[in-house]
This record gives sequence, structure tokens and C-alpha cells, in this order.
Amino acid sequence: MMIENLHFEPLLAFLQSADWLNTPTYWLVFVVIVVLIAASVIGQTLNRQPENVVSPALLRTFNQRVRAWWMMFAILAAGLLLGYTCTIVLFGFVSFWALREFITMTPTRRGDHRTLFWVFFVFTPMQYLLVGVGSSLVEPQSASAIWWADKLMLRGVDLYGLYSIMIPVYASLYIPARIALSGDARRFLERSAKIQFSLLICVYSLSYAPALAHLDLLTSKPAVSNTSLSTGDVLPREIGDEEPSDAELQPSAARRPWTEGGRGGLLFYFILIVQLGDIFQYAWGKLLGQRVIAPQINASRTWEGFVGGALTTAIVGALLWWVTPFRIWEAACMSFVTAVMGSAGGMTMSAIKRDRGVTDTGTLVQGHAGVLDRIDSICFAAPVFYHLTRYFFSDVA
Amino acid sequence: MAGSSVRWVDCQPETCQRVYFANHTSHLDALVLWSSLPRNIRSLTRAVAAKDYWDKSAFRRYIAGSVNALLIDRENIKVHRSPVELMIQAMGDTHSLIVFPEGGRNATDEMGEFKSGLYYLGKKRPDLELVPVYIDNLNRVLPRGEFLPVPLLSCITIGPPMWLESGESKQEFLKRAREAVKRLKDI
Repeated sequence: MMIENLHFEPLLAFLQSADWLNTPTYWLVFVVIVVLIAASVIGQTLNRQPENVVSPALLRTFNQRVRAWWMMFAILAAGLLLGYTCTIVLFGFVSFWALREFITMTPTRRGDHRTLFWVFFVFTPMQYLLVGVGSSLVEPQSASAIWWADKLMLRGVDLYGLYSIMIPVYASLYIPARIALSGDARRFLERSAKIQFSLLICVYSLSYAPALAHLDLLTSKPAVSNTSLSTGDVLPREIGDEEPSDAELQPSAARRPWTEGGRGGLLFYFILIVQLGDIFQYAWGKLLGQRVIAPQINASRTWEGFVGGALTTAIVGALLWWVTPFRIWEAACMSFVTAVMGSAGGMTMSAIKRDRGVTDTGTLVQGHAGVLDRIDSICFAAPVFYHLTRYFFSDVA
Repeated sequence: MAGSSVRWVDCQPETCQRVYFANHTSHLDALVLWSSLPRNIRSLTRAVAAKDYWDKSAFRRYIAGSVNALLIDRENIKVHRSPVELMIQAMGDTHSLIVFPEGGRNATDEMGEFKSGLYYLGKKRPDLELVPVYIDNLNRVLPRGEFLPVPLLSCITIGPPMWLESGESKQEFLKRAREAVKRLKDI
């Protein structure tokens, strides 16, 4: 394993700029690719079977899902590989598109037009700009960053304080005020709430996913040493990089800065866990689903699927602990919470779609796969995952 | 640009001479409908637009020119150069037209009454296919009286061609045409 990795060392060194992505992340990406290939092969094989083996409708759904996962994976992987800025821009565009679908699906009135313009072209880019700058002005690295930090008198300021409240406070107050200025009072509260909610879900919540990259992560895992087999096995490069004093000074039980991991890897882990949560919930629901949670909202979400999905996600999330700063049981807890929030998101979006009389946000306009359908669970899980990580696994004192 | 999707319902994209008639709620209507047609049809299709608006500034002229618009004077209508005459002249025997029979952009949710131009077009050129088109959501992208668009998704539905029936009165025909557009909303 060592030799194989050494062989790719120059390539990896190029891709491993700073602490963005690293070897465990690539292993995870590799595992995901293998699973996706397996899923595609199974789907295609079953496609050639006579119809009585598996139900064609189920198979069609499966194949469509696999295609959607490939697409998601390709987009996310491309964003991550191109670096932090590209990831931010990517999430910004996803937010923009999801917001577009959400507002298209939600009836608004003429008087909301100017407000919507602000929502699309001011608040959305602003949020991602703030998240993108994030904590990089605390200790600005490059000359231009230092210049900007001094110019804006933001040196040493973590913009978390601004991007975590801009939409819930300022945008939420601005939206009803701007609608009031338009002079149309019909269903005023409802219209304000629709726009506020869409901004909160599609932009604010989702932006927490790339914001993960700004946390100064801490870990309780024992420091990596040359004799350690657990993580050292897959981390040949980090061993070489790590300063020996760092590992020696820290007592192994106490929390220490998480130096061996990649922030991009944590983001990938998070998205993967949310998607797995969706998949397991669907699978358990199909296998043993008896008690539907709320037939009026979504006929396919069952308690069995919910519990089974969350537990299975916790197990798989725990098995992937080596990508994260979490210990095994911590990874299990985080994955469990993520899966629960993911289904909450799916349920909420189902309720909204049911209210609007559509099955998928994508079917509203033919030919468009609904971005919102794909990211609803991510939107709900991202803020919780972020804040739990921030509180328990980062240096925010 | 407006993220629009196009649906052809009981109608195929063809280069035969046609008059596409649609509801009108936004300045973008002509632009989006024209650009949603396949390339070979687009080059043979002209949108009919109001001269008093689209001839006013260089930018508007540029936009109108880019969709090969046929500018018709709404105000100084002369007997010997009536809009219908001009349209038929412009069509020759190759081109198709996009018209908005409501005559102007509609600010309400309900579609306005159709003006008679469509009837006379159908009467003078009975060979033309009259194709109803429903444009959904563009009024939210750029409503009347606004100049900044909001990037919502829109949908264009193109329906089955119709013709002027023999002995059909103007009123009956215009009502039928309006219903044809309206029906596409719910498909």
C-alpha cells in the first residue's frame, strides 16, 4: 500500500494543496466510485432480465437514481478537486438553481418582484461571498488578503458572526419591509413567509455545507504515530509531514488540532452520509415498511424506513470514521443526527410539494431534474452538522 | 436565459408557414418564444412587435433586430398599409410569424380579448397553420412595468394547429383561438 501511494506521490502532492483533500478522502472517493459502478452494473444486468424477476417500475427508479448519483458525485468531485473557491461557487449555483425552482413552484404576486430580485441577486451572492471569505481574514495569508483585510478593517475578524445571521436577521426583516413598500397588502404575511423560507432553506442552510471548511477542527483521536496501525496504514504521507513535536507534546487522550485530515474530505463525508441516509431509508421502507408516518404528506416514508435508515446510516458513518476528526462512536452519533435531519428535510419538502400539487419540483417544468429534490435533505442536515462540529470538534473558545 | 422548457403538444416543429399566436404578459415573450424554436425554424420566423416601443432606443432596436422582428406601427394605421397587409407581405411564401393577438402586454392573470388581426390573417391566407402557444410564468420573470428580470423557470406549450372554419364569424373564431391558448395552460 505504501509503495502504491508513493508511486502517485507527485500527483497527490499537487492535489493535496494545504489541508483541503488528502489520502483518506481519495480512498473514500475511490470506495464511492466502486459502489456506484457496482450499482450501475447491477442496474444494467437486471434490465436484461425478464420482467417477472424484478418490478420494472422499481428498476426504472433505481436506474434513474443511480444516474442522478453519478451526476451528483461528478459535480461534487469536480468542485472539490478544483479547490475551495470552486466548491463555494458550485454550492452558490446550486443554491441559486434550487431557489429558482422553489420560487417558481410558489405563487408570488406582482408586488413581490423587486423583493425577489434582491433575494436572487443580492442576498444569495452575498451569503456565499461571506461564507467564501469566512475565517480567511483572521490570519490573512496572501498579500492581497492582507491588503483587503486592512482596507475593510476586518483583520482578525471571522465572518461567521455575519454570515450566520445575515439571512435570519437582516434579510428576514428586509423582505417584509420591501414587500410593504410595493403597496400590495393581499396575503402579505403568507408572501413574506414564502420568500423568507425559500431563502432560509435554499441559500442559508445549504451554505453551511461549504462553511465546514472554515472550522479549526479538533480531534480526540490519539495522535498518529509511526507505530499506529489504525489510521497510519492509510496515511503514509501525513506521517511524514507531521511535526514530531506536535504529536509528542499532546497527551493522546486530550483534544488536539486535527492535522491529518482534509476539510474537503469532511464536506464529502457529510454529503455522502446524507445521501446514504436517503438511500437506506428508502431501502428499509421498501423492505419492511408497514406504518406510514403521514400518508397525507408522503406515502412512501414509513417509521420502519426512518428508524432502519437512521441506524444503518449511523453504522456506515461510523465505519467511515477515518475520513473525519470524529472517533468511531462520535461518527456514529453525527451520522445518526444527520440522517434524522435529512429525513426531516425530505418530509418538509414533501409537504410543500403536496401543498402545491406537484410530485417533484422537477416535473413542474418538464425536462429539468429537480435540484431541490436532490438537496432537500442536505439543506436540513447541513446547519446541524455544522454547528455540532463547530461546538464539539472545533476551536471556537 | 429564462430557463424555459418547451413542450410540443399534438404539434411538430416544421418549417411550413405558420402563425404562432400566444398570450402576452412580458417583454420577454417574443424573445423567449422565438429562441425556443429549433434553429432551422427560427431563421424563418419573425416576431411581430410594436414599433412605438421597440424602435425607441438603440438597445431596443438591437434586441428587436436580433430576433428578426417585424415592427408594426400601432398608432398610425393607414388604410392601404394595414398591419395585416404588412404581415402578409413580410411572410412572403417562406416565413412564419409570431403574433400576440391581445395587442399589448397583459398585467392581470386573465388573458385579454383577442384583436381581429389573427382572423384577417387566417382569412386572407387560409393555407397558414395557426398555432396556439401558451407562455407560462414569464410574467413573473419580467412583469409589465419592471425592468429587472427575476430568474424563474418558465414553460412554453405549443399546441395543435387550427384554421379558420368556413363560414365562421370573426367573434366565434377569436373566441375559439383564445380558448385554444387557454386550454394549453392546463395540459
